[in-house]
Amino acid sequence: MSSTLAEKIISEHVGREVKPGEIVVTGVDVTALQDGTGPLAILQLEELGMVQAHKPEKTILFIDHAAPSPRKELSNAHMSLRDFAAKTGAVLSEINEGVCHQRLVESYASPGDILIGADSHTCTSGALAAFSTGMGSTDVGIGIATGKTWLKVPETLRVEITGTFARGVYAKDLILHLIGEIGADGATYMALEFTGPGAKAMTMSERFTLSNMAVEAGAKTGLFASDEATRAWLDEHGREEDFRELEADPNAEYTRTVQIDSGSLDPTVSAPHTVDNTMTAAAAAGTRVHQVFIGTCTNGRIEDLRIAADILRGRQRNPGTRLIVTPASRTVYMQAASEGLLADFAAAGALVTGPGCGACVGVHGGILGDGEVCMATQNRNFQGRLGNAEAFIWLGSPATAAATALAGEIVDPREYLR
Amino acid sequence: MILRGKAWKFGDSISTDHIAPGRYFHLRTNLPELAKHVLEDANPEFASQMAPGDFVVAGRNFGLGSSREHAPRIIKIAGANAVLAQSFARIFFRNSINVGLPVLEIDTSGIEQGDELEVDLGSGTVRNVTRDQTLTFAPLPPVMVKILNDGGLVEHFKKYGDFNLEA
Ligand code: SF4
Repeated sequence: MSSTLAEKIISEHVGREVKPGEIVVTGVDVTALQDGTGPLAILQLEELGMVQAHKPEKTILFIDHAAPSPRKELSNAHMSLRDFAAKTGAVLSEINEGVCHQRLVESYASPGDILIGADSHTCTSGALAAFSTGMGSTDVGIGIATGKTWLKVPETLRVEITGTFARGVYAKDLILHLIGEIGADGATYMALEFTGPGAKAMTMSERFTLSNMAVEAGAKTGLFASDEATRAWLDEHGREEDFRELEADPNAEYTRTVQIDSGSLDPTVSAPHTVDNTMTAAAAAGTRVHQVFIGTCTNGRIEDLRIAADILRGRQRNPGTRLIVTPASRTVYMQAASEGLLADFAAAGALVTGPGCGACVGVHGGILGDGEVCMATQNRNFQGRLGNAEAFIWLGSPATAAATALAGEIVDPREYLR
Repeated sequence: MILRGKAWKFGDSISTDHIAPGRYFHLRTNLPELAKHVLEDANPEFASQMAPGDFVVAGRNFGLGSSREHAPRIIKIAGANAVLAQSFARIFFRNSINVGLPVLEIDTSGIEQGDELEVDLGSGTVRNVTRDQTLTFAPLPPVMVKILNDGGLVEHFKKYGDFNLEA
């Protein structure tokens, strides 16, 4: 039988060939909680008398969503994670370390792994050929304690990418375009698999952006085959031994194939309040923007910051537009500091924050006022996402966001490239 | 078992941010308090005016977005009997079963705000008493029926000490 990447990884774990639609109980390699979902998972394990971690060195508790804590209720929630880590030997990722998904791809996820995390964007690690998926607190809590979970083997939707991006067009534009095409429920219950020469040519940073947003089309995970780029990434993060080559079989059966020519794309944005509400940046041009937010697990990596800094360097943000820049992790933060990017942002009038989720989830650090408009590099623009249901969120690439900060209104970033 | 209650109608794409808004992040360890804000950004009157046993009735892709299990939990704590929708987002669907909240995929287009419904989980039918109509829904996969009947995943584990998902 020929298997898709998702089928292959699950088959290896259960020790026989699996087919889409089957329900299996499988071992998991990496489990993760964050500060919004972790306390509830811990409560469930306490109720079960199972305060334990099956694989403590691969159980990571992230304090990233409300980091540092803006109020005492959350400080207490953080204490419950620290306490659980102390009791079980699980790894604690403190307030300075960064967003869970960036930390997972830097240090924990490997090709062929099954990874479950109590955060919907856990699909990000799919770019490393790991079957990684988001679940709720109880599911992940039980995964932590027992080293197991149950899964329905998903059908796979293949995204075949050809062509190369035009100047000013990026992976973010591609994934927004794709979600606009197939819809926010276009891949519900499925795995996405990104293939074709365009996928092969992508940097890891670009792959992470694509995999990160798989869930915005309803998918369980968003997979790439592992290759030399994967190996180089792991090597760069001191984990070359975690590399293995993994790809789908040539005759694997896909439920559906969608083709995208990267070369045909323009800078793309999502309009409020759904991710699939897409249009070109040019079509949205002129929309007044009060806040620009560059960062998150979608676009807070060093490559993203370089793109934004190249546009912002030596220029000033529009006086009517606030600009917030949040590196995704401490590693990214330090790299950006050493390249002088943080100074470039500050000189352009940005507030540069410490690493983490920052403003993304609407807890602190950039909540919008009534009627205000934000252009963000994050992955979702649901009503209320930035802490105010009366506000409006647009999504775009780091280039579109940086150019928008200069113009004070949405623009096609190509006008600002140099 | 037959569940009876009134329909509260919502549209398409009701996200976890509508159900459990991020601005109440600090209430995630205080679910009874968080439940007072359930679905607030979709209908500010729902939490205060619904009666225990009422149904949440929605369009496509209900529960899209975050993995926060708090979303189905507070729908349940608020007292809703079940959620009926054209379709559900995957994580929300699974979380609902895990916390013991019935979720039914069914054609909701003919159900209006305030309609009296009778849901028979066993036979898979929804009777719209107000409109004198009967709808059927596809049964849940056996694994999910098992977890739901046990009262959720925690109760399932209390009972078996492990996954015991054979039908
Ligand atoms: S950066 Fe945003 S999307 Fe990513 S994990 Fe944090 S809150 Fe979620």
